[in-house]
Amino acid sequence: MNSINLLLGVEFWVATIRIATPLMFGTLGELLCERAGVLNLGIEGIMTMGAFVGWAAVYQGADLWIGVLLAAIAGMVFGLLHSLFTVYLGLSQHVSGIGITLLAANLAYFFYRVLLPQVNTPPKITPFQPFAIPLLSQIPFLGKAVFTQTPLTYAAFILVAIAAYLLYRTPIGLAIRMVGENPSAAEAQGINIYSIRTLAVVIGSAFMAIAGAFLTLSAFDSFFVNLINGRGWICIALVIFASWQPFKALLGALLFAGFDALQLRLQQKIGAAIPYQLFLMLPYIFSIIALSVMARRAGYPKALMVPFRKGER
Amino acid sequence: MNSTSVQSDIVLHLNHISKRFGSLLANDDISLELRRGEVLALLGENGAGKTTLMNILFGHYTADSGEIRVFGRSLQSSSPKAALSAGIGMVHQHFTLADNLTVLENIMLGTEPLWHLWQRQQNARQRVIALADQFGLSMHPDAKIADLSVGERQRVEILKALYRDVKILILDEPTAVLTPQETEALFTTLHKLTQAELSVMFISHKLQEVMRVSDRVIVLRTGRVVATVPTAETTPAALAELMVGRPIPQPTRQFQTPGEALLQLAAVTVASQDGRPLIDQLDLTVRQAEIVGIAGVSGNGQAALFNLLSGLLTPTSGTVRLYGQVCDRFTATDMVRANIARIPEDRHTTGLIGDMSIWENLILADYAEPAFSQKGFLKRHSAIAHANQIIQAFDVRCPSPFATVRLLSGGNMQKLILGRELSRQPQIILASQPTRGLDLGAVTYVHQQLLNARDRGAGILLISEDLDELLSLCDRLCVIYQGKLSAPMPTETVSLQTLGLMMAGKDKADAI
Repeated sequence: MNSINLLLGVEFWVATIRIATPLMFGTLGELLCERAGVLNLGIEGIMTMGAFVGWAAVYQGADLWIGVLLAAIAGMVFGLLHSLFTVYLGLSQHVSGIGITLLAANLAYFFYRVLLPQVNTPPKITPFQPFAIPLLSQIPFLGKAVFTQTPLTYAAFILVAIAAYLLYRTPIGLAIRMVGENPSAAEAQGINIYSIRTLAVVIGSAFMAIAGAFLTLSAFDSFFVNLINGRGWICIALVIFASWQPFKALLGALLFAGFDALQLRLQQKIGAAIPYQLFLMLPYIFSIIALSVMARRAGYPKALMVPFRKGER
Repeated sequence: MNSTSVQSDIVLHLNHISKRFGSLLANDDISLELRRGEVLALLGENGAGKTTLMNILFGHYTADSGEIRVFGRSLQSSSPKAALSAGIGMVHQHFTLADNLTVLENIMLGTEPLWHLWQRQQNARQRVIALADQFGLSMHPDAKIADLSVGERQRVEILKALYRDVKILILDEPTAVLTPQETEALFTTLHKLTQAELSVMFISHKLQEVMRVSDRVIVLRTGRVVATVPTAETTPAALAELMVGRPIPQPTRQFQTPGEALLQLAAVTVASQDGRPLIDQLDLTVRQAEIVGIAGVSGNGQAALFNLLSGLLTPTSGTVRLYGQVCDRFTATDMVRANIARIPEDRHTTGLIGDMSIWENLILADYAEPAFSQKGFLKRHSAIAHANQIIQAFDVRCPSPFATVRLLSGGNMQKLILGRELSRQPQIILASQPTRGLDLGAVTYVHQQLLNARDRGAGILLISEDLDELLSLCDRLCVIYQGKLSAPMPTETVSLQTLGLMMAGKDKADAI
């Protein structure tokens, strides 16, 4: 009975949506990169960098939104670096991505230490506060669960819709899908493969960085080592779960977050009887099962991870 | 379809184009001109430089030297975009379509400014439908490319170019993948195009088509223009000789009495993963010193039959006998050991490993045999010597045994495969589309090799869509339709028409 009460409590749903927010940003970012044919394993590091830059800016006195913007720009810089390696030079997307993750994450930790050489307890900032949307938040249950979140969460939901519209209803979206599916076909139509891929990777990386910034500016209020804790890798799995479709990505993020929220609560309820590590495993077990069910049918972009070289036979 | 009023105004000039790939001079000082409303055929063997030249024209490659003038203006930047805006469209041999998108999406891509917030799908749809009607390219604009037949995909490619108002259309080997009926429809479309004053460059190595469809012919050989002739003033035989550079010997077919059965299939069924039969209750016998042909439109179970006998599929029911023994192990290794040679349909994906060298490709099946390995180490020298032998014996044109296979022409790749497979002196030979996409010289060569193997006593199963090939090579013919195989017919008793009807699913009795 306890566990059913857990699921019915509005707090559970508020937490689920909060936990889902960075996954939504990150998954959308990765989805955009992959739709253009570029796997971006830099996501974990770019999220770390985004988290740090956003937090550091606000710590130095910047506005919260300026923090988000700076984080996005930092993400774009690393996205540009990734596309330089993978799009223009045609290097291995795995190697470049993992390199970027190591580089970005450790640069973030390095600058954190430079900024705060002596501090042991991470200093706090004032994060985004929940903002109840008038009228909508009055809806029973749903209003409280969905419409009393922080602004970045609303942005994430809107972004899912924008990304879907962009991909399926605009010329640029068509170009991105085509480039990820058959770059030589797109080239024969006069599309510049390199610029489209770079664009997708840069914008996608900005989303990833915002995902990181959400954690320090909205979910928590400080930056610390191993803050991202594998969320980037989960996003990569969620993209496959979503078959590269934005709305399914939203669904996947919510499902995963739901399991995460559930395991946190189960830990508290059941506590000492079962080692807490078992609960920690729960969301990941879910993602393995979901992936093995979904990935069989996944319609992956055919040119994913295939470097495009002009004029090659 | 020779238009009687070839207008003399010239829409395109190529002046002294040269292009080099490494040590290969693909285009050597080529000059040509294209007139308004004509079909200009570019004829040449594989590797003669036709496709390279067209890729330069369309901006995929940059010429090392030379100039392109379109409607009197020099075409400077080399990119498909520049070519398209100069009014040049190209239908590639390997289609450039995205499978998961619709016809309309494929056509519209790149025709709108990228930063529009929405697509003008309605206008585009109407235009596509109008163009399709005008030129006989009927098409459903919202169909997914993945659901279309090869012929329909080609129509989408042509529509793509027409949608952009091109005045010059390049068709690279357009009939290589088409059925006879689809080829007819294509020719009708071409006629309508030239009537609308478009100019067409028709790349081909099929003489009959060139004779039928073109107004003028330019023959390329080893990167050079060897002749430019009005089609009306030449003959297929003359063109063939120009193309190859020497008279072409006809393959000689000697009478052979078939010997013992080498390969016997009795009521063999292979089901796909979802339980649908790919081949259904199939009976087939191949004897010594005979060629058995399997005719049929591709996708009717040929692949399953080939893969079964290659050891890539296991039969669901029925028995397969090799040399009289019941075969119960279906792995590729077992089939290699059973001395079965396999010439697969797709040279690029299953025949060879494109990014590996020639000598490595030639020992793919035998790398572990004592001839090429010792105590777990490759005997590189003997492998390379073996490669040199095959290169010599099968006349593979390549820089060295260390050359990357991907860079060879289709004909030379096929010679490599033939060399690899036939040098093992196989008893049974499986050949699927062995001459598809090959030029005249290479086709004759492959045919002669198969006939030689037959004279040596090998039993050959030849799967092909080229009916002329089947009729000229085979001793007996079967037709495969939806996984079912007809009873074998002696080739002398079969006509082209009968085969065509049986391939469309008619019974033999009805067909005659």
